[in-house]
Amino acid sequence: MSTNMNINVHYVTRVEGHGNIVVNIKDGKIEDCKWEVIEAPRFFEGFIRGVHYKDVSEIVSRICGICSIGHTTASIRATEDAFGYKPTEQTLTLRKLLLDGETLQSHILHTYFLAAPDFLGAKSVFAIIPTHLEVAKMALRLKRIANDLCDLIGGRTIHPIREVVGGFTKLPTEKELRELKKVLETEALPLLDKTVDVFASLAPKIPNFTRETEYLGLVRDDEYAFYDGDLGSTDAGRTDVHNYKSWTNEYVVPHSSAKWTKNKRESLMVGALARFNLNAKLLHPKAKAAAEKLGLKPINYNPFMNNIAQVIESVHAVEDAIIQIDKLLTKGIKDEKVDPMPLKEGRGVGAVEVPRGILIHDYTYDRTGHIVEANCIIPTNQNCANIEYDMKKFVPEIMDKPQEEVQLLLEMLVRAYDPCISCSVHLVKVNFK
Amino acid sequence: MKPRVAFFDFASCEGCQLAVVNLENELLDLVSHIDIVNFREAMTEASDDYDIAFIEGSVTREYDIPRLKKIRENAKLVVPIGACACTGGVNFRKNFYDLNEIRHYVYGDSAKYFDTFATRPVKAVIPVDFEIPGCPINAKEFLSVVKSLLIGKKPELPNYSVCVECKLAGNVCMYDKGETCLGPVTRAGCGAWCPSNGSGCEGCRGLVDEPNKNSAKDILVKAGLSVEDAMQKFKIFAGYFEEVKK
Repeated sequence: MSTNMNINVHYVTRVEGHGNIVVNIKDGKIEDCKWEVIEAPRFFEGFIRGVHYKDVSEIVSRICGICSIGHTTASIRATEDAFGYKPTEQTLTLRKLLLDGETLQSHILHTYFLAAPDFLGAKSVFAIIPTHLEVAKMALRLKRIANDLCDLIGGRTIHPIREVVGGFTKLPTEKELRELKKVLETEALPLLDKTVDVFASLAPKIPNFTRETEYLGLVRDDEYAFYDGDLGSTDAGRTDVHNYKSWTNEYVVPHSSAKWTKNKRESLMVGALARFNLNAKLLHPKAKAAAEKLGLKPINYNPFMNNIAQVIESVHAVEDAIIQIDKLLTKGIKDEKVDPMPLKEGRGVGAVEVPRGILIHDYTYDRTGHIVEANCIIPTNQNCANIEYDMKKFVPEIMDKPQEEVQLLLEMLVRAYDPCISCSVHLVKVNFK
Repeated sequence: MKPRVAFFDFASCEGCQLAVVNLENELLDLVSHIDIVNFREAMTEASDDYDIAFIEGSVTREYDIPRLKKIRENAKLVVPIGACACTGGVNFRKNFYDLNEIRHYVYGDSAKYFDTFATRPVKAVIPVDFEIPGCPINAKEFLSVVKSLLIGKKPELPNYSVCVECKLAGNVCMYDKGETCLGPVTRAGCGAWCPSNGSGCEGCRGLVDEPNKNSAKDILVKAGLSVEDAMQKFKIFAGYFEEVKK
């Protein structure tokens, strides 16, 4: 057994943003075990004040490159909620389709490019290109398909252009949608079948670690919620998203520039595993079959299985995208213009499931349509406490292994959460009593 | 020998590095011509021995300055990528508010934990060799810059406005559609990305040299914006420019 260990991973790699792992063990006793977030704060909630509603989503989209579609969607929903505006059926369908594209794009990026190298004993995806060229090509093709979807519906994958408050500035043609559907059916689904096999073969390498925690996410009775729904919890039932503050109690710890949250327990988890634990019975059929093949059943308390839940959700996202495209094609694309907002004073909340978990934007507008107050709750913030409590339980279970292995396992644990640290840091607002 | 390339990031959304990762169709080709030796978002190995440093993100704290100077010492060529690195990006908006007030608005009594100073672009701290503007960068432009650098040619940015590319794309002018657009004063190179998708240019690539800002402001007001909202438009991405600051 290693009686002394000093792990200081300054910048965990293959995650979005800057975070450190610090573990000190002296004479077999754990003296320090921390997840530090050291990203530079950017103050979005501060500098969004005074901005006109038409410019808001474009600015807050820049919180995160990877989940910019999610931020745009949450922002738009908060603004429309504040003005009491209900989007058209076509707009709703297009937004759901766009979120499916982002989910697929982000999950493929994480599972193949960021997480899989650990399971293959490599340091990066570039290192596995020569040894696993076919797998690399498969991953690249899937990611390209997801990005093509986002480009078609959003105008751009990173910081979408067409998706705005009140509708879409440009619509896809029916021909483009038919072509996209064909690619999803004939290429994406078969590639995902193979992906499920790839990850089923890696599954024995997933560390066997569990810690019971609370899972939070959007829930609906009729679908696996991404676009909207109530706030749901494995411990606390469900509530309207406007009550989010009583569930995402934020607090500050000195070693993190990301704020932490807790509800019923010392920590909570959001993201693919949380959604799966809450909503698995509402997955589309092929995703359900994938879950069975991969051996994931709700409730699963192993955070490493978040990678597997992402694979399952990738299948679900493609099935869902095909359903949304069919809906659009059946009704035909109508040439709808972007609706202006009926301006009034008020507050609106938009909650959306983004790849890393539930994202909430909350704005207060004045009667001229300018923001006076803004608050955003970011998925990675909600996971920070859970990551550290996992580390505290995990380290004693693995500390008899060599230091290098302990360090790798801890990095894999952090990576399993697919943290998006840029996001989490720039957008935390503390409400002090 | 293949040139050794490194990617670094400061305050940003990391979307410009993602734009590079999103070059799925070209990525295998790209890595056959360059050695990526430092790219924290995508790889664990890291080396200080590199020829070209691409830098994403704006400079927002003391801690960033020695890090940037070290990159300048190590690299033969330093190329900031994206609006944040070139002009401060949306992060520059912070500079229009009282720094202390905005810190406390976001972090309350814990503001003391969050080191920050007025946002600045990379070139305000170290000399740079070339810049790729845009929010996010256009991956095609990134590839063409890499190609130029590989053959030892200095890449060039267009010094005409987005309107030129917008006309070439055959778009109806946003102003004719009753929308607002910063295309007339914004540096081209994106292929009029936003107007081609039905949305007015937000000016993410920064102003052209000698822009006629007052005239641009007048047409914004004519299109229905208040003078304040027209100025806000410039402050989304172009706050760093002297023409907007004053």
